[in-house]
Amino acid sequence: MKGLEHTGLIHAEGPIVIAARTETVGYGELVAVRGRDGGRRIGRVVETSLKAVAVQLFAANTGLTIDETSVEYLGKPLELRVGLDMLGRIFDGLGRPADGYPEILTNEFRDVNGAPINPAARVYPKDFIQTGVSAIDGMNTLIRGQKLPLFSGNGLPHNRLAAQIVRQAKIISTEGAKDEPFAIVFAAMGIKYDVARYFQDSFEKSGVLSRVVMFFSLADSPSIERLVTPKSALTAAEYLAYEKNMHVLVVMTDMTNYCEALREVSASRGEVPSRKGYPGYLYSDLAALYERAGKIEGSSGSITQIPILSMPNDDVTNPIPDLTGYITEGQISIDRELFEKGIYPPIAVLPSLSRLMKDGIGPGMTREDHKDVSSQLFACYARVKNVRNLAAIIGEEELAPLDKQYLRFGERFEAEFLLQGEDENRSIGETLDLGWKLLACLPRTELIRVSKKLIEQYLPRAVENAEAARAAGVEV
Amino acid sequence: MITGRITRVAGPVVQAEGLGGAGLYDVVEVGDMRLVGEIIRMDDKTATIQVYEENTGMKPGEPAVSLGRPLSVTLGPGLLGKIYDGMQRPLDMLKKASGSFIRAGDKGKSLDHAQKWPTKLTVKVGDDIKPGSLIATIQETQLTEHRVIMPPGLKPGKVTKVLPDGDYDLDTPIVFTDSGLALKLMQYWPVRLPRPTNKRLPPTEPLMTGLRVIDMLFPISKGGTSAVPGAFGTGKTMTQHAIAKYCDADIIVYVGCGERGNEMTEVLSEFPHLVDPRTGRSIMERTILIANTSNMPVAAREVSIYTGITLAEYYRDMGYDVAVMADSTSRWAEALRELSGRLEEMPAEEGFPAYLPTRLAEFYERGGRVETQSGKPGSVSIIGAVSPPGGDFSEPVTQHTKRFIRCFWGLDKDLAYARHYPAISWIDSYSEYVDDLREWWEKMDPTWSDTRAKTMEILKKEQRLEQIVRLIGPDALPDDQRLILVVADLIKNGFLQQNSFDDVDKYCTPQKQMLLLAAILEFHKKAEAAVKSGTPLAMITALPIRERLSRLKSEIPNERLDDIRAATREIAVQFDELQRRKAGEATR
Repeated sequence: MKGLEHTGLIHAEGPIVIAARTETVGYGELVAVRGRDGGRRIGRVVETSLKAVAVQLFAANTGLTIDETSVEYLGKPLELRVGLDMLGRIFDGLGRPADGYPEILTNEFRDVNGAPINPAARVYPKDFIQTGVSAIDGMNTLIRGQKLPLFSGNGLPHNRLAAQIVRQAKIISTEGAKDEPFAIVFAAMGIKYDVARYFQDSFEKSGVLSRVVMFFSLADSPSIERLVTPKSALTAAEYLAYEKNMHVLVVMTDMTNYCEALREVSASRGEVPSRKGYPGYLYSDLAALYERAGKIEGSSGSITQIPILSMPNDDVTNPIPDLTGYITEGQISIDRELFEKGIYPPIAVLPSLSRLMKDGIGPGMTREDHKDVSSQLFACYARVKNVRNLAAIIGEEELAPLDKQYLRFGERFEAEFLLQGEDENRSIGETLDLGWKLLACLPRTELIRVSKKLIEQYLPRAVENAEAARAAGVEV
Repeated sequence: MITGRITRVAGPVVQAEGLGGAGLYDVVEVGDMRLVGEIIRMDDKTATIQVYEENTGMKPGEPAVSLGRPLSVTLGPGLLGKIYDGMQRPLDMLKKASGSFIRAGDKGKSLDHAQKWPTKLTVKVGDDIKPGSLIATIQETQLTEHRVIMPPGLKPGKVTKVLPDGDYDLDTPIVFTDSGLALKLMQYWPVRLPRPTNKRLPPTEPLMTGLRVIDMLFPISKGGTSAVPGAFGTGKTMTQHAIAKYCDADIIVYVGCGERGNEMTEVLSEFPHLVDPRTGRSIMERTILIANTSNMPVAAREVSIYTGITLAEYYRDMGYDVAVMADSTSRWAEALRELSGRLEEMPAEEGFPAYLPTRLAEFYERGGRVETQSGKPGSVSIIGAVSPPGGDFSEPVTQHTKRFIRCFWGLDKDLAYARHYPAISWIDSYSEYVDDLREWWEKMDPTWSDTRAKTMEILKKEQRLEQIVRLIGPDALPDDQRLILVVADLIKNGFLQQNSFDDVDKYCTPQKQMLLLAAILEFHKKAEAAVKSGTPLAMITALPIRERLSRLKSEIPNERLDDIRAATREIAVQFDELQRRKAGEATR
């Protein structure tokens, strides 16, 4: 009961404490635990029986004693205060102010666990978001309401890319750009202070800081708090999107740290591990977060998620990226080899994928040739990879003429299509024209994924432009 | 009804005492919110219950009421075109009742009990009826006649009273017998119990999917079972969607088991607008969706597969060919693992319970072509997606699934990277139905086996050559071997790759499939002869017909088969002309 404290624990180990049952406690409800230092820690009931109650704490457990610890059952699930005043504020993982200002003024609370969206009430996402990055717009298009993670590794520029996407993302519809309310929710889990600062600065520079809600659970906060951080952030996002009709972009970094906190708790509860010590419910747990993206009927808002995860040892078969890839609607893979070649953004287009792309591009949305051009670029670049492997063995000189052309296409694809500045904002038209320009350096008989009509329409122009440039003495 | 009391709550696994009289797998209404659960273990006085809904806030001491019957689905007219969750709650009704989010404790009737169906009775007083007897028919959709059949397990008897033809709701008894039965349009059936049949029939008729790589190279029969394993992004769901859209089954049951919400929404928003190429009606009219997405309760995910297959068996018993898409069986296996872990059972491989293979076998054995109790043939085909962690096919779910299916469509990451869809690998895949289906195909085209074998041979040869090419490059090969590479490319681009978003290419009739492949093989034959007579390969590949062949699939619609025949004749013309040109050069 709220206000009633019981003293004494039976067992304390890691983030789990067990208290004798003194009153009827509901599963999943919130608990306040006070140690001998008087510090109040928040926890959640993970098991309740007629004899005892097991509580998982969201804070450090140092200093908890068996005799003196007091336990207060709050009789409600963990809730977040919500209101428009959240915009521009910084909270900790549990949703308490972390910027030195008081709690926001509101009497509205939302359960951070949320509820699953009824699949019959979802609206299928179709609105193209132009990020200004060719490798994304042209090849792996981002759609409003999508969940599209960045698969990266330590030391790779995923933060810069995420910041660039946040800065440049806009909706291009046939009726022209509309002025729609938007917000950004940023959840930092176990990342360093500098990284959080970088995002904060980037938001400030682009003048959107007053539209950002930040949840910070940085590397020095208790790891266990990270289990709640994304839930708090998504609860805020759901409120803004579905109740206030805003278009919310949620950036969550780094999901790896979230999963590790989950593993830590699971291990301390003695659960049967599945792969690499992660609990068997890692998939369901991640899904409960990622599936909170989307659009629903009765609201004009949307939640687009860009989770960032650093793959341990760049291994995409690690359970975290692996399960994420099975839940999210595609992925953007960041590649170390390209990065070392000096290409920014180092997006490996082949293993990247946008599942919602097919319905968000084409006439009326982007351009009629988008599907064919991207499909053709994929096919050609895949061939480049094979030719490169061959060239590594027999040497470039020995390659057939066509293969040499492919090799050249590959170089140009990386140097012209992929490579772009951090502030370079390409329109979708520019991206596709660039694609045609590159395809023009291959024989026409190779372009079988593009319909003949589109070739007639676009290819001569690309060739002409290339010739004009060549005449002007520019290397193309 | 037996009422007990909850003693322990640990997530979706709840223990209760005082349920000694309840049976295993009986449905229990748990807690004050009356959430649906199922007894999965009895231990002295304690019953372990698996709860199918989110149970935050549930307290020890609350009641648990056993309903004294196993978890069942409601069967009757009105199932087609609906979307249900794993325990057959109607999601569109829940949306109307409680908004966009699913709350625990939401209740909804699976079928509309108020709706009246125009019913034609097919029995008269004095008829002997037994389980399987047709008692009435209803036009459920424009496409599907719903056949009301006396449910299995009931006592045969003589009809004593029949209501006249007319509009009846689900709860009105329409036929009475001297054995004391009052039969309605509706019945219940326990989901974990296979519906009985008279006998199994051999799988001799193909399930036409319209996907060339499947129908031609790795065909599945009506009543067949197949697995589609692939790493993420290789197109499992897209393959399943494509089959659900265009295969020639009468009824489709699509089970979205632990997958994405947006995928189900896509089906819901797309299928009503798609037209079945054979009947000209919207394909939603023949589809039932079961959506238990990844964020919905995990216990209901475990049961969703059984709900789906039971609905399929119900329509099979009317004499229909039903195809079940289970996407994904790995998520179902993971639900088993999660629940097993909470029960603290001893894990076998990778944490999965030791009974995983048994459950998989039980599931896939519910597929098959049978003689139903009504005497008519019917079938349930099962196409199960498998999502192996890291794309590694040696993991337990893929391995055990392979023991119980006869058709394996392995998806390949490299093909998917090159956006070659369907990314079904012609190296890893196999079908054991080829021999069963040979007769059917050869009735349509006697050269089928031959064509198929030749195609496989070229692909296999290419794979061997490819290993050499990787070491020394293609130019080091003699022309006849390089020709194999060229023809294999043609097969890949002009036949195997299929664009499911292209209006012409998305669905391919068996006749067109045969002609396309025959044309490519004709090219091979002519080119082989030309190479033998000393024509340089470069001259052959420069022939305009080569590019034409790789475009035929998307340029010529299914009904204009003569155009493909014309293109095939064009091959000979171009090769003859090539010979003349060569001869001309030689004389000069």
